[in-house]
Amino acid sequence: MSAVIAAPARRRLADSPGMQVLRQVARSKSALLGLVVLAAIVLAALFAGVIAPQDPYDLTQLDILDGTLPPGSKASAGFTYLLGSDPQGRDMLSAILYGLRISLGVGVGSAIIACIVGATLGLIAAYAGPRTEAALMRLVDLQLSFPSILVALMILAVLGKGVANVMIALVLVEWAYYARVARASALVERSREYIEAAECLAVPRWRVVARHLLPNCLPPLIVIATMQVARAISLEATLSFLGLGVPVTEPSLGLLISNGYSHMMSGKYWISFYPGIALLVTIVAINLVGDRLRDVLNPRALK
Amino acid sequence: MTSALISRAFQAVLVVLAMTVIVFIGIHAIGDPVDILISPLADQAERDRMVATFGTGDPLWQQYARFLGAAMHGNLGNSFVYNEPALGIILERLPATLELAIAALILAVAIGIPLGLYCGLRPDSPASRVIMATSILGFSLPGFWVGLMLIMLFAVQLGWLPSTGRGETMTLFGVRWSFLTRDGLAHLLLPALNLALFKISMVLRLTRAGVRETVSMDFIKYARARGLSPARIVGVHILKNIMIPLVTIIGMEFGSTVAFAIVTETVFAWPGIGKLIIDSINVLDRPVIVAYLMTVVVLFVFVNFTVDVAYTALDPRARRRKAAA
Repeated sequence: MSAVIAAPARRRLADSPGMQVLRQVARSKSALLGLVVLAAIVLAALFAGVIAPQDPYDLTQLDILDGTLPPGSKASAGFTYLLGSDPQGRDMLSAILYGLRISLGVGVGSAIIACIVGATLGLIAAYAGPRTEAALMRLVDLQLSFPSILVALMILAVLGKGVANVMIALVLVEWAYYARVARASALVERSREYIEAAECLAVPRWRVVARHLLPNCLPPLIVIATMQVARAISLEATLSFLGLGVPVTEPSLGLLISNGYSHMMSGKYWISFYPGIALLVTIVAINLVGDRLRDVLNPRALK
Repeated sequence: MTSALISRAFQAVLVVLAMTVIVFIGIHAIGDPVDILISPLADQAERDRMVATFGTGDPLWQQYARFLGAAMHGNLGNSFVYNEPALGIILERLPATLELAIAALILAVAIGIPLGLYCGLRPDSPASRVIMATSILGFSLPGFWVGLMLIMLFAVQLGWLPSTGRGETMTLFGVRWSFLTRDGLAHLLLPALNLALFKISMVLRLTRAGVRETVSMDFIKYARARGLSPARIVGVHILKNIMIPLVTIIGMEFGSTVAFAIVTETVFAWPGIGKLIIDSINVLDRPVIVAYLMTVVVLFVFVNFTVDVAYTALDPRARRRKAAA
């Protein structure tokens, strides 16, 4: 077979489906706000090393005499504690920027892995025989009937603390959502004509699934993944607050809040308050974008 | 109806059994209790004696059979920390958690339904928009942080309410309750509100969606045409119709409320099973962890089963559907 079809003109980046969706998302004011805030947060987390007034985990930069200073105090090193300091003289703003890295990393990382695992199992359920399907879906039902925090708690009780363990727990909590959505949309897409056409052309089955079916199941998966990032960040923070999540050497926002708990009773609110605000703004921004994404990617909801 | 009931009951028992296997294997993976309990100075003979007492040298399936057999008799082992039956410790603290969870659900219904009715009946009013926007916060705010802020505002800054603990309790039917005394109620308010926050948003949104769907239906138009008072239309015709899904979801949520009480109890030092499980995980008190998980699983399966049965019994449409199927 010789290819006689002319190579298609290279598509411009601005016309790619991703950019089109992004433009549509940005058309809603609240989603645009969410998008801008989210971009700022991600950039701040990525460049924490450059922006932060101090490296909060370099012990030589900490001065214990600067401990628990209220926001606006001058540090002995010269800079200002914009959001106050913790008992070790750590600048809360710097700690929050570094904590965002861990929170975002754990949230996004676990959502991506869970999406891959869940979508694969969902597609298998849709394409494999009825027995595999029934077994997989019963497992999904069973898992989803238990609250996420309980499942994560059990897993962490077994595995112990640690960033990797938290991610494993989050993936095991989340995969079921993706599996359910992937299977549902695969079942709808499977009966469409383009799949039939591909099958008639004797395209191997794995190729039908990977190249034809999967791309068309992606929109709902992307919506779920966005929402799940927010849920994962919140759940990680909760687990870390309970003392079962990340270790003290890699403090996420949840652990920072937990550290401030004992100081709150004496009125030193800033150690818990500002990391919580950072957590809240991140989660709300993701949810705003996710809400809009759902409307854009699901034409039925828009009407 | 009866056959459906039996098959549901059978499924419920299967779920509990499956969970015993998962919990048992999971707990087994944590490590050998002998390693935790034994004194570092113990010699091999002492160690062998302990292995023989705990039976940890036997094959896994034998250990499981023994665990299941004892569990059937309500024996889940003695707590390593308190040296009392683990199940007894859990059951002793369960009322505190149930009290908190029920108070949270009452708050969720008492606040969520009226607000949801308002938002559903006047979807375009500014107040509705504000309420709906606030309810997004209810979904987004991490519960433990809200709890901290509630303590900071009402206990530390304003000093209106106590921050932690259960306060003065009163004994009724052999169990201590907080809601019977003024002091206990004051202690209950903040944790219950904290736990209810997510549920309030959920009930609010469900009610609003239900109202908006029902308002445009023919029987409501007919009720209006008959000249019934708006209060009667809302109170009887609309509420009755949205109540069924609402009751089902609230019932189903009871289990998750008990689970999320872990967070609230830790923040407010509420002496229920949630705080106990966190303490037990930190000191690896295995029998208590197992007893907690089994109690929660049984509670869960029981509540879901009851809600399921109640749903079919309450809704004539569901009953007819089941009969036709």
